[in-house]
Amino acid sequence: MANIQPPDALLVQNYVAGNEEALSTLIKRHESRIYGFIYSKISDRDISNDIFQDTFIKVIKTLKSNSYNEEGKFLPWVMRISHNLIIDHFRKNKKMPLFRETEEFSIFSIMSDDSPTIENKIISDQVERDIKKLIEELPLDQKEVLVMRMYQDMSFKEISEITGVSINTSLGRMRYALMNLRKVIDKHQIVLTN
Amino acid sequence: MAKIYSKKSLVTRTMKPRKEVVSFLLNYSKALSMIEIDNHSFEIISN
Repeated sequence: MANIQPPDALLVQNYVAGNEEALSTLIKRHESRIYGFIYSKISDRDISNDIFQDTFIKVIKTLKSNSYNEEGKFLPWVMRISHNLIIDHFRKNKKMPLFRETEEFSIFSIMSDDSPTIENKIISDQVERDIKKLIEELPLDQKEVLVMRMYQDMSFKEISEITGVSINTSLGRMRYALMNLRKVIDKHQIVLTN
Repeated sequence: MAKIYSKKSLVTRTMKPRKEVVSFLLNYSKALSMIEIDNHSFEIISN
């Protein structure tokens, strides 16, 4: 039998009219998408839970004070609230203490430039080029898997679908590719460090 | 090797907030009532 679910707008209407169960249904229906959205930006479970909670506190307050107008849809509206709270979170964390330059204290004593130097850049470019040359020497099937995994960031499932072999075969080819690369590197004493 | 094979995407579809958070929200909602007097909105939290 088909399971007919009430639309969001009806649940919102019921909640505003005093049906607390409607809020529970709305949260259950959308918690995964909203929490997932927050976590994708924050990458911290505790902070994501806090922002999820703050989002729904705003939702509850707005609905209870009858300030919500059904112009847009419920989910995009909640997502917008969480998006704004995420921005607030990043703004709050960006606030830096103010330092003033004095005779005893110079700002440059605590500031440093972490970007790589020209020399480091040249070395890493060289390493990158050497690795590419080594990869070119691999057997075609191994090279294919390695390039898809490392340079195109594909999963082994995707690689196996594209190349038409099982996931285990793809994993095996990757393993042999890495072993062969190590062998060549050891044999020719190639230094691949920055 | 392990590092390469264990790479996972950041967001999984089953991500959910903690049960305590949802439970808090439902209780908060039950406890909260808003009243409006002379264009001023007041929040009342009942224990």
